[in-house]
Amino acid sequence: MPDQLLFAIEVTLNGLMAGVLYALVALGFVLIFKASGIFNYAQGVMALFAALTLVGIMEGQVPFSHLINAIFGTDVHHFAWEVPALLAILLTMTVMVALAWLVNTLIFRHLVGQEPIILFMATIGLAYFLEGFGDIMWGSDIKTLDVGLPQGLNESIDEFTFNLFGYGFFIDNLDIVATIIAAILVAALVAFSQYTKQGRALRAVADDHQAALSVGISLSFIWVLVWSIAGFVALVAGIMWGAKSGVQFSLSLIALKALPVLMLGGFTSIPGAIVGGLIIGVGEKLFEFLVGPLVGGATENWFAYVLALIFLVFRPQGLFGEKIIERV
Amino acid sequence: MLDASEGYVTPDGRQIGGVMMEMRNITLRFGGVVAIKDISFDIREGEIRAIIGPNGAGKSSMLNVISGFYNPQEGEVWFRGAKRPPMKPFQVARQGIARTFQNIALFEGMTVLDNVMTGRLTQMRSSIWAQALWWGSAEREETENRAHVERVIDFLEIQSIRKTPVGRLPYGLKKRVELARALAAEPKLLLLDEPMAGMNVEEKEDMSRFILDVNDEFGTTIALIEHDMGVVMDLSDRVVVMDYGKKIGDGTPDEVRKNQAVIDAYLGVAHD
Repeated sequence: MPDQLLFAIEVTLNGLMAGVLYALVALGFVLIFKASGIFNYAQGVMALFAALTLVGIMEGQVPFSHLINAIFGTDVHHFAWEVPALLAILLTMTVMVALAWLVNTLIFRHLVGQEPIILFMATIGLAYFLEGFGDIMWGSDIKTLDVGLPQGLNESIDEFTFNLFGYGFFIDNLDIVATIIAAILVAALVAFSQYTKQGRALRAVADDHQAALSVGISLSFIWVLVWSIAGFVALVAGIMWGAKSGVQFSLSLIALKALPVLMLGGFTSIPGAIVGGLIIGVGEKLFEFLVGPLVGGATENWFAYVLALIFLVFRPQGLFGEKIIERV
Repeated sequence: MLDASEGYVTPDGRQIGGVMMEMRNITLRFGGVVAIKDISFDIREGEIRAIIGPNGAGKSSMLNVISGFYNPQEGEVWFRGAKRPPMKPFQVARQGIARTFQNIALFEGMTVLDNVMTGRLTQMRSSIWAQALWWGSAEREETENRAHVERVIDFLEIQSIRKTPVGRLPYGLKKRVELARALAAEPKLLLLDEPMAGMNVEEKEDMSRFILDVNDEFGTTIALIEHDMGVVMDLSDRVVVMDYGKKIGDGTPDEVRKNQAVIDAYLGVAHD
């Protein structure tokens, strides 16, 4: 096999795995948008906040330590314990559920029936608040997140492909784990929304509030549930991205990459988020590989957005989104 | 006046039970507008009770008070012998009061079957985890619910459109699907807000037959709002007449028909 083709295959595989991570972030958007019509600008920051909280709990950091030290003149940093990863993940999830409840109770319950743009502005406010809050609570330095996921070159794939083609593929173990976890998560979410009582209630709320109330569905409960699930997805995304590139505030910017993913897949489709993520992941890696050298590289920065722009012109509802037909 | 504890026998020989729901001196205001003014009436077990009146009389507001969408400023709602505290609509639904809407509120994106299944939500008990894993009781529950829903679908003769997304259905069928969803909850009290509005004669006859059959077969108590006087007089056991937020008549169709205030409200009366 020619080297060029082997490279291309390797690039594609890496692209697929990067795409899985994009899809993971996009999923959080889709969930909230479907159930409440809110485009949650804060999804990326939620991933950051979840990752920060997870690291903080694992390392036994004292929350708000800078604030406490500044006010009381003390010098506290860490508790004398460290929390095992699994327990820390559970605790972080509890924090995310509490956050979901607070977000619904303090903000969105009061904005029921408002224009989408107002809800959107509220999530922008939430994003900046949460970013600052995370900063005060856990500090702003870059942290490493290690929950014990395997990392680095997968040697068996390297060896296998080397024996087969005379060229070893470089596939990161972390990417493989992320792919598996994302696949499980997606399967679970689809099963949840199709086959459980709460899933059916969630779809009902997404469709018609009045009708949902009349069959005994509590809107507040469903919204808290949805924000909790989005928090959970954010936590998983935060763990994956954090393990890959450290927990830092640029993590909140991955949300921007989810935008083209959503435009491709459609804002209301769970499968759309996955396929969109994969297309963007593979597309930008292959484009960089094939076209990048001709135009001086750095195409990864803009490829996804240009692709999304083309989609907006020719298929605004995305690949899987519901076509909006207004009856006149 | 009827005795509160005992029922009565209808002309066609059906036994009507004691009071199921009682509205006591209900007053509902929106700002300065008084939608309902000091109205009292009751609904009895097994009865078909109609609320009629000209446009803007406050009929829909009354139905919304019963189903918890509005909470009245004054007055008491008694249900099954207990005073009901102010409630959210979903809590009222969980008490066994199902309803349909004047301008149809269905889940347009879902199939007919899924829509009717949402009516069973109040009946489902197993936990989220059991359902996610399709475990023991959850599986049995889903099967039972599905069986009940299929009976309702058969009953209302909508088998052929079970898998059709509701958004594609014509108006008359949507009304029937909405009734199916309400029935799926096995309600103690079924509230119908203009079930025949906008229907042609044939569809009206079908709907009237279904309402009578529901009452007959399941013994469901029904309260309905309707414009079509002919339909109301044929269907209902007792009628409340409202005009400008006030109750102007209450009794059997024959009594109401002879009531001078009702005649005036419907035909207009010359003021000197």
